[in-house]
Amino acid sequence: MTRQSAARKPETTEAVIRLSDVNKWYGEFQALKDINLTIKRGERVVVCGPSGSGKSTMIRCINRLEEHQRGTIVVDGIELTDNLKNIEAIRSEVGMVFQSFNLFPHLRVIDNLTLAPMWVRKMPKKEAETLAMEYLERVRIPEQAYKFPGQLSGGQQQRVAIARALCMQPKIMLFDEPTSALDPEMIKEVLDVMIELAESGMTMIVVTHEMGFAKTVADTMVFMDAGEIVEVAPPSIFFEAPKSDRTKLFLSQILTH
Amino acid sequence: MTEIIAPTGDTAALAPVRKAARESEPPPTEKIGALRWLRRNLFNSPLNSALTIVAFVLVAYWGVSFVEWGILDAVWYTTDHNVCRQAAGACWAVIAEKHRPMLFGVYPYDEHWRLIVALVVYLATVTLTLTPYCWKRSILIPLWIAALAVMGTMLWGGVFGLTYVDSGQWGGLPLTMVLFTGTVVVGFPISILLALGRRSRLPAVKAISVTLIESMRGVPLITILFFAVNVFPLFLPEGMEIDKMLRVVVGMAIFFACYQAEVIRGGLQAIPRGQYEAAEALGLGYWRMTYKIVLPQALRICLPGIVNHIIAALKNTSFVLIIGLFDILTATTAVMQDPLWRRFFVEAYLFVAAVYFIFCFALSKYSQQVERWLNEGRRF
Repeated sequence: MTRQSAARKPETTEAVIRLSDVNKWYGEFQALKDINLTIKRGERVVVCGPSGSGKSTMIRCINRLEEHQRGTIVVDGIELTDNLKNIEAIRSEVGMVFQSFNLFPHLRVIDNLTLAPMWVRKMPKKEAETLAMEYLERVRIPEQAYKFPGQLSGGQQQRVAIARALCMQPKIMLFDEPTSALDPEMIKEVLDVMIELAESGMTMIVVTHEMGFAKTVADTMVFMDAGEIVEVAPPSIFFEAPKSDRTKLFLSQILTH
Repeated sequence: MTEIIAPTGDTAALAPVRKAARESEPPPTEKIGALRWLRRNLFNSPLNSALTIVAFVLVAYWGVSFVEWGILDAVWYTTDHNVCRQAAGACWAVIAEKHRPMLFGVYPYDEHWRLIVALVVYLATVTLTLTPYCWKRSILIPLWIAALAVMGTMLWGGVFGLTYVDSGQWGGLPLTMVLFTGTVVVGFPISILLALGRRSRLPAVKAISVTLIESMRGVPLITILFFAVNVFPLFLPEGMEIDKMLRVVVGMAIFFACYQAEVIRGGLQAIPRGQYEAAEALGLGYWRMTYKIVLPQALRICLPGIVNHIIAALKNTSFVLIIGLFDILTATTAVMQDPLWRRFFVEAYLFVAAVYFIFCFALSKYSQQVERWLNEGRRF
């Protein structure tokens, strides 16, 4: 890897996501404990940590797939509350890619992509299809446009999922362990697409165990453990000189296996 | 691929020598003779051999008696019931003799042609509706408006010089079709709403759905029909009257919907949570998500169950017997009171059974076709 993230600074300093003292419980279990995190426009954040540490819960709170019970989350100037209008407004600005792809199996690839632009953005069908083909080319599978998701490989499905999220032309992209369900030989094709997206200046929050990807792409590393943010640092410091013992332990486990 | 990539030029030392992938062979063909098939499928163990022989003997015995009774010794056509009485076999002549009151009930005899027109229009409309080519709003909406107008004019009359016939006098097959179609068309949307309602996060919506479904499922259809016809009018303000046919259809539709709702709920539960999350993450609202993502998948999963209930609804129309409507079955029962022909009721009922069978079988075949359409080009 020749690209160094330290060379690229976020373009602006404007905060686009701000989590302040966010807490969440599942029943008695506290999943998030006083989470404070500010993400600037164009910033690329990689979140890592052991399983069950609250990484997914945190990013799922950002588009309200999970509801936080205390604290405030402000996304692109809109605070997340029970207000359905706000939630839908935020969701249409925030794209999400899931571990299990979650493509709509009854719709062809192209219809998966045009659905939200047509029904949320009210885009005419023709225009939505042109847009969809554009993004399918970007993820390098335009030839699969008229197949059903079940006919594609895992890596192709995940690239379709990325294209589907991009079709809404979101300001922020959330990735929830996008390569964890993939066979090893397909991980690279998905990561390549994500690296390209990162280079285009997209604000990205990525939960992943792919540390090579993190070193290449991240502006900021966030390490979580037991519902807390333990360490926030640029990757150069995070990987070379982590402060917390918990981070050190995690890194030694994940990097030496 | 048969070519072997040979190392060439100065990279020869580094280039891997790849052996071409082996050509796939066709699968072995298996030829099974009739005897071997019999041995493998019918006589593969002493118990199965015994069962095969017993089943064969029974089928042969009943088959032969039925052919004797129903075909060889049968009377196919006569207007004289005495000919039938002297014959040893079936009297199919009763159908020719009585088919009009059986098919059309107590509807005025001279106006039966109107029912034939209505039935033809109905069958044509339904056939077109079930053809994918016609699944466009620009076709279906005008088609149904026109069809309903024609059928209404024919059944009720009272315009264009046609005599007025009260819905209480409708009978036979057209009545069965009115009840069935009304039940499904009114009931199906209600069933979807009830199924969604039962899974709703809103407590009031959920409570209403659960109460309605559970209370309706707890009582027999006959009770509901009795309520719709005899009890419900008591609650209406004086002077207000709702057509009896309409009350019956609505009663049957709600009954149908409550059963169907549970079938659909089964389909809804089979949709993975990820589908909802993906739709929500894209910013789709509840109704759009339900309409575009959830229902198409859920209805497809429970299609066999849905068709099951639709077929049951067709046969449930015969319950209108108890409220004095003459559907095809009740009409037949009434017609067979004729002392001259009464002993041939078996033949008459077989005829009615055949009519029901044709419709139910067509429905079931159609649903299999729909499943094939839905499976085209898809793997899950």
